[in-house]
Amino acid sequence: EHPKMSGSQVKGVSTGTTILAVKYRGGVIIGSDSRASIGGDYVVSKVVNKLIQVHDRIFCCIAGSLADAQAVTKMAKFQLSFLSIQMESPPLVKAAASVLKELCYRNKEELQAGFITAGWDKKKGPQVYTVSLGGMLVSQPFTIAGSGSTYIYGYVDAKYKPDMSREECMQFATNALALAMGRDNVSGGIIHLVVITEDKAEHVIVPGNKLPKFHDE
Amino acid sequence: MLEESLQPGWLSEEVKTGTTIIAVEFEGGVVIGSDSRVSAGAAVVNRVMNKLSVLHDKIYCALSGSAADAQTMAEAVNYQLDVHSMEVGEDPLVRSAATLVKSISYKYKEELSAHLIVAGWDRRGGGQVYVTLEGLLCRQPFAIGGSGSSYIYGFVDAEYRKGMSRKESQEFVVNALALAMGRDGSSGGVAYVVTIDQTGAEEKCVLGNELPTFFDE
Repeated sequence: EHPKMSGSQVKGVSTGTTILAVKYRGGVIIGSDSRASIGGDYVVSKVVNKLIQVHDRIFCCIAGSLADAQAVTKMAKFQLSFLSIQMESPPLVKAAASVLKELCYRNKEELQAGFITAGWDKKKGPQVYTVSLGGMLVSQPFTIAGSGSTYIYGYVDAKYKPDMSREECMQFATNALALAMGRDNVSGGIIHLVVITEDKAEHVIVPGNKLPKFHDE
Repeated sequence: MLEESLQPGWLSEEVKTGTTIIAVEFEGGVVIGSDSRVSAGAAVVNRVMNKLSVLHDKIYCALSGSAADAQTMAEAVNYQLDVHSMEVGEDPLVRSAATLVKSISYKYKEELSAHLIVAGWDRRGGGQVYVTLEGLLCRQPFAIGGSGSSYIYGFVDAEYRKGMSRKESQEFVVNALALAMGRDGSSGGVAYVVTIDQTGAEEKCVLGNELPTFFDE
């Protein structure tokens, strides 16, 4: 029932991928792998950054058709900067998620992309929203998506705790992504993480040789 | 396009044990576990089916895929193992049981669609787990299978450790089953767990309300 971003169903270059976003005490961490592929056969890029900044403290990550995702996020960035001028304050995370949702819902026939939006705003602090393939918008404490996410549902269900510290959350996100990248052949490369708090949005990269290893590696 | 049928789907759809099965070796034996849901499309045809079949006193197999195919394979191997152990004059090896399952899987791979995980204890090799998917024979420290297994790859990769005790292995199996049953629509019901060691096979049924719960339950 969850949107499956299997690379084989998407025409052209897809980010058959693993993405996630997790709320912790004082911020959110949004993360992804870095592989872009055509079907399961050819890796177009090993170092794609799937974390798009749509505003100072709001990031989103993309799964599905790379072209669709780029077009939608470009549109969303424009609408959000316009909105922040009109409102004379930074946009709410929910507003950013809503803009993406509207675009996904109105164009559901043509588009094949889903989004995770995460960020920090003054009204509600750290938040995570998912916009699914058809345009459903849901707020959650954490969320996973992309083709590789199927393999880590059990892991995140078991290991997530509300109100984690920043270090615990980084470890949780890194482990989950590494596990998914280990099992999904269209996810891989390096791990991109962005840690968003009231003060700043910090980009952290975990290169391939520093990925956590598990029992059989 | 709405498909209208005068008959409910479950009358015409094949009965599958869309399932979660898992087996793990520990020092001195194995633990093998499964859920209990049998579905035909959207209907749950049997919510308490024990998918752990006896192949011999200390050798069990876990069934997944088409219910009819899996049951038939297990019965055939049970018979063949009985004959074999009488000829040899002692308890059969786990590898022998697995080889019999593999032979049927491989020979009839076009006609059958069932996957059996074979696990047990014998004097020569101690506790062993064998995977027989599509006619391959491979011994592994632990194995998962069935539709629900996709969701727990990350969990079992992260949590499995070599040299777990009997109790830790049982917890590992029950946790993995509970997580998979929580996410897979075709897995559910109760968890059946069989622990096999030198002294014999101990069967346990963990009821729905006794299963471990996780952060959102």
